Amino acid sequence: MMNYPDGDPEGPGDPDAPGVPEGPGAHGDPEPPDSDPAITARALTTVRGGRTVLRGLDLTVPAGRVTGLLGPSGCGKTTLMRTIVGTQAQVTGTLTVLGRPAGHPSLRPRIGYVTQAPSVYDDLTVRQNLGYFAAVLLPGRAHRPARATAVDGALTDVDLRDHADALAGRLSGGQRSRVSLAVALLGSPDLLVLDEPTVGLDPVLRRDLWDLFHRLAADRGTTLLVSSHVMDEAERCHRLLLMREGEILAEGSPDDLRRRSGTPTVEEAFLHLVDTAAARAAHEEPGP
Amino acid sequence: MTPARTLATAARVLRQLRHDPRSIALMLLVPCAMLFLLRYVFDGSPGTFDTIGASLLGIFPLITMFLVTSIATLRERTSGTLERLLAMPLGKADLIAGYALAFGLVAVVQSVLATGLAVWFLGLDVVGSPWLLLLVALLDALLGTALGLFVSAFAASEFQAVQFMPAVIFPQLLLCGLFTPRDKMAPALEAISNVLPMSYAVDGMNEVLRHPDVTTAFVRDALVVAGCAVLVLALGAATLRRRTA
Repeated sequence: MMNYPDGDPEGPGDPDAPGVPEGPGAHGDPEPPDSDPAITARALTTVRGGRTVLRGLDLTVPAGRVTGLLGPSGCGKTTLMRTIVGTQAQVTGTLTVLGRPAGHPSLRPRIGYVTQAPSVYDDLTVRQNLGYFAAVLLPGRAHRPARATAVDGALTDVDLRDHADALAGRLSGGQRSRVSLAVALLGSPDLLVLDEPTVGLDPVLRRDLWDLFHRLAADRGTTLLVSSHVMDEAERCHRLLLMREGEILAEGSPDDLRRRSGTPTVEEAFLHLVDTAAARAAHEEPGP
Repeated sequence: MTPARTLATAARVLRQLRHDPRSIALMLLVPCAMLFLLRYVFDGSPGTFDTIGASLLGIFPLITMFLVTSIATLRERTSGTLERLLAMPLGKADLIAGYALAFGLVAVVQSVLATGLAVWFLGLDVVGSPWLLLLVALLDALLGTALGLFVSAFAASEFQAVQFMPAVIFPQLLLCGLFTPRDKMAPALEAISNVLPMSYAVDGMNEVLRHPDVTTAFVRDALVVAGCAVLVLALGAATLRRRTA
């Protein structure tokens, strides 16, 4: 697949460079890279629109695995993802992504981010969309064959070869979100951050996408962080981050979480954790 | 900034436009239709047609490109593609230059059609070179692109973006000397018109209209319009933020 020079397109003087200081592990540890977590956050706090959305989070996301980020709507999943990708302002704390502070320019070619609403050009065909984003990732005439291969590969991955020449705006909602996913797959990124990628998809397609996520992790060593508010998808992840009101309630494998709370499903484990947290909060702050 | 990324962006913007033939037709034909109308409105006074016609050749590209760019970049902001691009290794200058290049090209075609029609078919009497008219038209188009890009940062919807057109363009239109010569305006209005870029666009066109060669005043007008375009493009670049709240 595509390879990128580890160049720094804008240099360290970029005014947008992160306000997040470098954390532990930012400088090459002696261990092989896949034993380092892909993402490490310590005391991560993010203010969005005057509201503190993330409240001092600590979390790790292992490399080369599928990590699910679960929690009710409005709990801060999207803000956490934007913070990891480096598009979120007003961040404090430590956040290391692939060994660099989040938002570092050298990370831009290495992260694929799919927003909840498909971000593609409706007035371009699927192939033209992918062609343009591929040209941003790997510019120049010399790379044209590599780009064509990457575009075909991404189209195959999301099963949209038959619709390659259709205008993105004419596709169904599920098809458009797969175009958006295909764009993120283009550069074979080391980290894929997917915000609710399976919302509104039929069960067959959902299964196929989860199979794809696991293939990416197993075959290409890609780290995936996938958010969802559908708890049955939790069972498909190697590891889970359960989130509520800007805090991480629990992290671990689905088995861990079920065992720890003594419940048969992740959904019940989550509810159990929520109730416990609510009871504790009520105990700490009696009455308004 | 990478030339290959800039060119890819310009090609992408043009490709989007190609899927919208109606917009292309409107952009290219409306200025011609207006000039045609104007020619017959002032059938009895060719001198008036010369002045207003030449001024309009400078104003059309500015207005068209302002509208097109403000809507196009607003769509880029609201559809999430801007966020996606800025999370990728794309320089802000690549994006802005890509837009300027693509719409500049459209402006060249528009201006060639409008200038050609006015000079060769409608009898617009230009003493200077039509190439200079084209040059000013192109600079005006750049200025329109720059203003549109800048203004799109302050519009939350396409509805608001369209409302910026009268707010930004109409005062300049009224004060640029199209309706009353600028030196005959009240001193306060003349002072305002002196700091509005469209005044220089129209002055430049009228220099070409009246003088056979490049005058100092023409060079000054062209430089002012170009300078404003670059300044506003830089301001527009500052409104593209990789990290947003």
